[in-house]
This record gives sequence, structure tokens and C-alpha cells, in this order.
Amino acid sequence: MMIEMFSYAFMQRAIIVGLLVSLCASLLGVSLVLRRFSMIGDGLSHVGFGALAVATVCSLEPLYFTIPVVTVTAILILRISERSKLGADSAIALISSSSLALGVMAISFVKGTNTDINNFLFGSLLAVGKKDAVFSIVLSLIVLLAYVLLYPRLFAITFDEVFARSQGLHANRYTMLLAILSALTIVLGMRMLGSLLISALIIFPCLTSMRVFKTYKAVTISSGVISAICFFTGITLSYSKGTPVGASIVTIHLLVFIAFTIIGALKESGVFAKQK
Amino acid sequence: MKTLIKAEELKLGYEGQVVSSGISFSINSGDYLCIIGDNGAGKSTLIKAILGLHDPIGGKLSFVHDKKSIGYLPQRSDVRRTFPASVIEVVNSGAVNSLNRHFFLSRADKARALKNLEKMGLSGFERHSFQDLSGGQQQRVLLARALTSAKKILLLDEPVSGLDVHTASELYETIVNLNKEGMTIIMVTHDIHPALNSASHILHLGKKIFFGTREEFFESEAGKEYLKESGHHHHDD
Repeated sequence: MMIEMFSYAFMQRAIIVGLLVSLCASLLGVSLVLRRFSMIGDGLSHVGFGALAVATVCSLEPLYFTIPVVTVTAILILRISERSKLGADSAIALISSSSLALGVMAISFVKGTNTDINNFLFGSLLAVGKKDAVFSIVLSLIVLLAYVLLYPRLFAITFDEVFARSQGLHANRYTMLLAILSALTIVLGMRMLGSLLISALIIFPCLTSMRVFKTYKAVTISSGVISAICFFTGITLSYSKGTPVGASIVTIHLLVFIAFTIIGALKESGVFAKQK
Repeated sequence: MKTLIKAEELKLGYEGQVVSSGISFSINSGDYLCIIGDNGAGKSTLIKAILGLHDPIGGKLSFVHDKKSIGYLPQRSDVRRTFPASVIEVVNSGAVNSLNRHFFLSRADKARALKNLEKMGLSGFERHSFQDLSGGQQQRVLLARALTSAKKILLLDEPVSGLDVHTASELYETIVNLNKEGMTIIMVTHDIHPALNSASHILHLGKKIFFGTREEFFESEAGKEYLKESGHHHHDD
């Protein structure tokens, strides 16, 4: 069955793009979660849905329309959360639900189109076309490269922003870059994995890893590995049982999270301590 | 004596709201300056100005050295205590100011970080998780990070707040030793002990602004008042 799965061109595309996007999401997630920006991912994915719906209804190139919209929103959300710490949550919730509403409205106005809201929300393996695949691969490689090259600086800012700024790092620029990279990742992964579930790929790997690992490098590497394994298991499940791909992957993530929580608790209680 | 930082008639505040004004002082190489004063007297605003995070609204602040060569130890409450990071990751991050155009730390930077960790009495702790350390150990790790970034000056913001008396006095001893080795110390503190025992100079912020040597301070009006408020009785030698 595995060989059969790999023999279809659309599956090959889905696997490569999905794997890269999952990796990007998990790495960016480490920074986002630790800086308490998890909500941004959630907000952006909803905006992505709205933009995707509008693009489809107006017959625009989906990626070319969605990327600028989501990127601008990312910058906007960041600005709002810098201004007022308290208002950020509600502002993001407002933007999320409004985008969702506008997207659904756009789709329902044009009854003739055979768009499927279900696919937009929960993802579809068939969503990745040939041109999109190349574009997605290039963009996600850029995201990965940027993350790896900026790793020492991103760590310094994530751990202690004020210290990093005192050392001459322009923390705001890096935060902006982080938001833009997240926006790109979300847009790239959204149609395949579903806009309601893509933000889980950002949050789950980091939170899961933190149950067991206590250093930044370990959490980062573990997040990457977990995201790859969960993606692969999820897509296989989806292919063989016909379950929606995004939901399958997130379900696997949930199971791994529970497993890591148990392992973490056992570790704390000293079950794995070396015998003296 | 080489002057490292000089402040002339500094005016600090936010958007036209003056917090403190008329602050003048100079810091020479090898000094141990304690910045004391009430809450709201502008201590944290002054720190931000020295670090280059917030420009003063008036007066002149000049540096012989680059601002980013100041090693900074933030207030304990500003650092996240439950963050997945190893000790060496934290100390290494002190070297970000020497990355310049490079992406990764050089071997020399890493060696410097390791040496500073040893200096803080924490060799062998590299792989330990920062969040599992005691408050005093965490503070030493952050001091090692500050040392890694410092060329000449350490700026310490309330270094012992929240630590028990024993741990605090050990940390003070470490700071005095660093000063003896030639590191210039600027310390903001609520605690009268370092001001009374170790400082070479005092900057008192508040209604009465004072800058001078420790001896001069405790002879001054501001100094006597400060002692009285802190519950210490000054006895003449």
C-alpha cells in the first residue's frame, strides 16, 4: 500500500509539500509558543481561509492573493499586540471570526461554483497542483534556511528580548520576520491541511516536546522530528482510510502529545532515574 | 582614569512626561557605581538610557565604548524562569553582540562563554536545564551571560532581589571580585549593603540628586537621609 501511495504524482507532491510545511511550522512554532504568540498562528489561518474563499470566488490565483493578505494581517496583528497586551487576544479573535464569516459569505454568494467549504476548512490531498508545489517547495526552503541561519539570534530574542535589544539586536525586525515567515507557512499548508487545523502544526510539536525536553536545541530538534513523523503517519492514515488529511495529522499529534505528557510525568517522578 | 560613560544634565522621561532631570555623573574604568533611590525616581529609565533602549529627552549621554558592549543582568522578574534552555545555551546567547555579519558563534565566542561559566563556579553545569537551577544559580548563569557580552562594563539591575541572605552575600562577593579584576560595575539596588560596603561611587536619584564617591555621599544631606530611611545609623569614624 505504501508503494501504491507513492506512485501517484499528486501524492508525491502532497507528501513533499506537506513534509516541508510541517517542518517550517514546527520550527517557527518553537519561537511563537515560547514568546506567547501562539494565537497569531490561529488568527492568521482564519484570515487565510477568508482570503482563499474570496480568491476562489473571484477566480484569482489563490497563492498570489492569499500570501499578501495574510502577510499584511500578520504585521497588523503584531502591531496590535505590541500596543496593548490585554487587547491582543480579543483583537485576534475579532479578526479570526470576521475573516471566517466573510469567507463563508463569499462562497455562499456564488452558488454556481463547485467549491467545497469542507475542503477549505479541513484540507484536501488534491489541493496541491504542480505549479503550487514548486512554489511551496521553494518558499518553505527559504523559511527553513532563514530559521537555521538566524537560530542564535532568534534564541537570544526568544529567551530574553530586553537583553537581546541591549546587545544591539533589532528585536522588532526579527519578530516581524517571524510573523511573515509564519504567514507564508500557514498559507502554503492551508489548502492541503485545512485552515482550521493548520495552526495545530505550529503549536503541537513545541508543546509536546516541552513535556520531555528541557533545552532549546532538544525542543527544536524534537519538534522537527515529531512534525515529520506525525505528518507521515497522518497522511498514510488519510490515504488508507479516506479520513480528511488535516484532521488525521492533528489527531496523531494529539496522541503523541498525550504520550509525551505521560513520559514527562514519569521522568519527573524519577522512574527513569539512573540506579545508584 | 579613563572615563567610560559621561552624563550631563540628563533629563529622562516618556513622551514629554519628565521622570527625572538634572542627572550628571561620570563613570571611569574600574569604578563600582551604585545607583540608589526610591521607586519611580527614574532608575529603570536611566538603565534603559544607558543600554540605548530609550533615548533621554534632554541632556547628553556619551559613551567611550559602544553601548552594546555593556554586559547586562536584567531584573530577576524580567527573565522567564520556565524556559527550555540549557545553561550553556543561555551563556552563549551573551555573545550575540559579537556575531556582526556572521550567522553562528565563533569557537572563540563559545570558549569565552564556557570560561565565564567556570568563573561563576558553574563548570559542569553546561548541559543542565536552566529552569531546574536554584534562584542563585540562575542568577550566576545570567551573570555569566552578561560577562560574555561585556567588554568593560557590567550593568546589574537589582541582582540579589528574591535571593536569600546567604546566596545574596555570595553573589555580592563575586561582583566585588569581578570589580577587582578590572570590570567596571554599575549596579541598581534597593539594598543598602553594597552601597555601604563595596561601591566606589554613589548616584542617588530622587528629590535630591547626588553623585560622588561613597564617602562624599554618606557625608551629604541626601546620604544621611538615605541612611535614616534604611534604618541604619551613621556613626562618624
